[in-house]
Amino acid sequence: MLLVKDLVVSYGAVKALHGISLEVRQGEVVTLIGCNGAGKSTTLRAISGLIRARAGTVEFEGKPIHRTAPHEIVRLGIAQSPEGRGIFANMTVEENLELGAYTRSDPEAIASDREWALSLFPRLRERFRQNAGTLSGGEQQMLAIARALLTKPRLLLLDEPSLGLAPQVVQTIFKIIRDINAAGTTILLVEQNAHMALKVAHRAYVLEVGVIKMQGPAAELAASDEVRKAYLGMH
Amino acid sequence: MSDLRHRAASLSPGFVPTAVLSILPVAAVLGIAMLAQLWLAPVLANAGADFFIKMGVDILVAMVLAISLTMVNGFTGQFSIGHAAFMAVGAYTAACIVYYGSYRFYGNANVQGGLVSSMVYGVRDVPWFAWADALFLGALLAGGLVAAGCGYLVGLPSLRLKGDYLAIVTLGFGEIVRVLVQSQTTEVLAEGASVTPDHLRMIPAWGSTLAVDDYITAEAIASAPVWVWPKYVGGALGFGGLPFYTSPFWVVLVAGLTLLVAFRIKSSSYGRAFLSIREDEIASEAMGVNVTAYKVRAFVVAAFFAGIAGGLFAHTVGVQLNPAELGFQKSFDIIIMVVLGGLGSISGAAIAAVIVTILPELLRTPDLLAASWPYGLGGVVLGAGLIGVLRSGGRSTTLGRAVLFAGLLVAGLGLLALWAKGSEVDLGRYRMVFFALALIAMMILRPQGLLGVGEIWDRSFWADLVARRSKGGVS
Repeated sequence: MLLVKDLVVSYGAVKALHGISLEVRQGEVVTLIGCNGAGKSTTLRAISGLIRARAGTVEFEGKPIHRTAPHEIVRLGIAQSPEGRGIFANMTVEENLELGAYTRSDPEAIASDREWALSLFPRLRERFRQNAGTLSGGEQQMLAIARALLTKPRLLLLDEPSLGLAPQVVQTIFKIIRDINAAGTTILLVEQNAHMALKVAHRAYVLEVGVIKMQGPAAELAASDEVRKAYLGMH
Repeated sequence: MSDLRHRAASLSPGFVPTAVLSILPVAAVLGIAMLAQLWLAPVLANAGADFFIKMGVDILVAMVLAISLTMVNGFTGQFSIGHAAFMAVGAYTAACIVYYGSYRFYGNANVQGGLVSSMVYGVRDVPWFAWADALFLGALLAGGLVAAGCGYLVGLPSLRLKGDYLAIVTLGFGEIVRVLVQSQTTEVLAEGASVTPDHLRMIPAWGSTLAVDDYITAEAIASAPVWVWPKYVGGALGFGGLPFYTSPFWVVLVAGLTLLVAFRIKSSSYGRAFLSIREDEIASEAMGVNVTAYKVRAFVVAAFFAGIAGGLFAHTVGVQLNPAELGFQKSFDIIIMVVLGGLGSISGAAIAAVIVTILPELLRTPDLLAASWPYGLGGVVLGAGLIGVLRSGGRSTTLGRAVLFAGLLVAGLGLLALWAKGSEVDLGRYRMVFFALALIAMMILRPQGLLGVGEIWDRSFWADLVARRSKGGVS
């Protein structure tokens, strides 16, 4: 479904990605784990078009999209829940969700998708008319994911959904990520919390300073010594 | 409100009823404009209150400017400080067309309009709408379109620039326009002026009929080709002799339509997209909003309405169109309105336009202010009382505080005016000091402006006022 080949991204003179390749197949949850500065968010941004790749290609359902503008990529069916959540703080939850459906025009389909998103995140229903800036961190993350879902994506890009959240909230969010996937949405998940990410994902890539170090089924990686040492804090 | 719209939508499944529904508000605006022109203005004029008509015209022109700037500074959160330049472009475009067009079609630069642009009230032997009114309307639209073109040009750098840097570009644009106009010749082609060699060089057609030192005739002006019009706009001396077309009808019509368009934009998905850019550009791009296109669109639409406001301003009674008046100072007056009203609030900008236009006039004629200080004290007492009552009822005191502050303000200004009368100080000269103080007070007490990003009838605003829930600050 998504095919990234030899992707190179640099910020000025600094190379963030040294030609990485990865693949996401229909129906999968694929996770990209790595430490700070490994290039995880950069990869997502390059896929969603927010930054331009210097070299390499990104193909979505057979079509190259690495030259496509970010707002067009959304229309192709890729939604991103940006890092740091990026919710519209001075708008209500309702208005945030409306903007999620910005690219769509069928009011009935939007309403039913909104119902689905709200049933995934009942907390958002309670906060429906509240300003998004007044939500807790976990609720903001839920809103960011729900908003991305309203674009009706076939591929959902999640950037560090566990960032800065209490362990219990992280559990909830990852459970919902699994539900979303079960409902048919393919997910590419970028995470520092390797433990949770490997539990949810089917396959995983390990990114280290702009290079893919390991890849394989998530369960296999979670069992490998290297990953256990470096990312799961086990000896 | 959205419920109402949904119900309206379910009532009108077809295209035709929808079209009728969207024409209705326009018809209402037209009706109000006619009412203002044919009933309110004559009543005021008969009562000797021409001053109020003039104030009303000034207020409504200011309102159009403030609302148009709200679309750029308020909706998309770009900071433009050169808005008066769009006004100037529209003003000079419209002025050229009306002035020279009048000579071409009517042989003089007097008002030839019908009832809609007549300011001699009570006259009934003219048509409702004359061809000259169409000329004025066309000139306004042309001014708006040329300004919109300039808005596109200024909007382009906004793709790359943000915040302070964009502000500097718009400031630069404002100064360029002002200096360009100022550096034109100080002449206007006017009847009775002498012909100069420069005229004969610029307008070869005159060579056959006029010589140097002859007097310019109306026929000669009418024969001046279109491309010399922008040259003879009075330069630094200003463009004098423009016919005064800007009647209550036109300003109410334009202000009403501007309000209508602004509200329609804000409540549409367009408006949501605008506001989302202001909140978070990256997130808004990630939602599929074409951020760059929207930022430029905001400039274009805002410039269009500012250009029309400029055309109205140019033809206002008692105005001599002068580039010095349309410089940085004017831009800042408009920004003050937008910030006071609340960045993003259309009704807030409209209310602030009223205050900012009236306050200097009040300061200039301090009698009214001086007489009002007891009412201010009354407001203070009422506000204090409200605070007491509301608090004892376990409710918030914001309403009481609002009344208290308003009372303090009126009492303070009144006492100041009383003192100024005694010691013969002209308060009007210190209006900028008052605005500066008002802005500082605003930033401390209510940083989101009068209404924040909401509108005055938003239920959440009233809830806000009662529940003391802040609706977020200026971001």
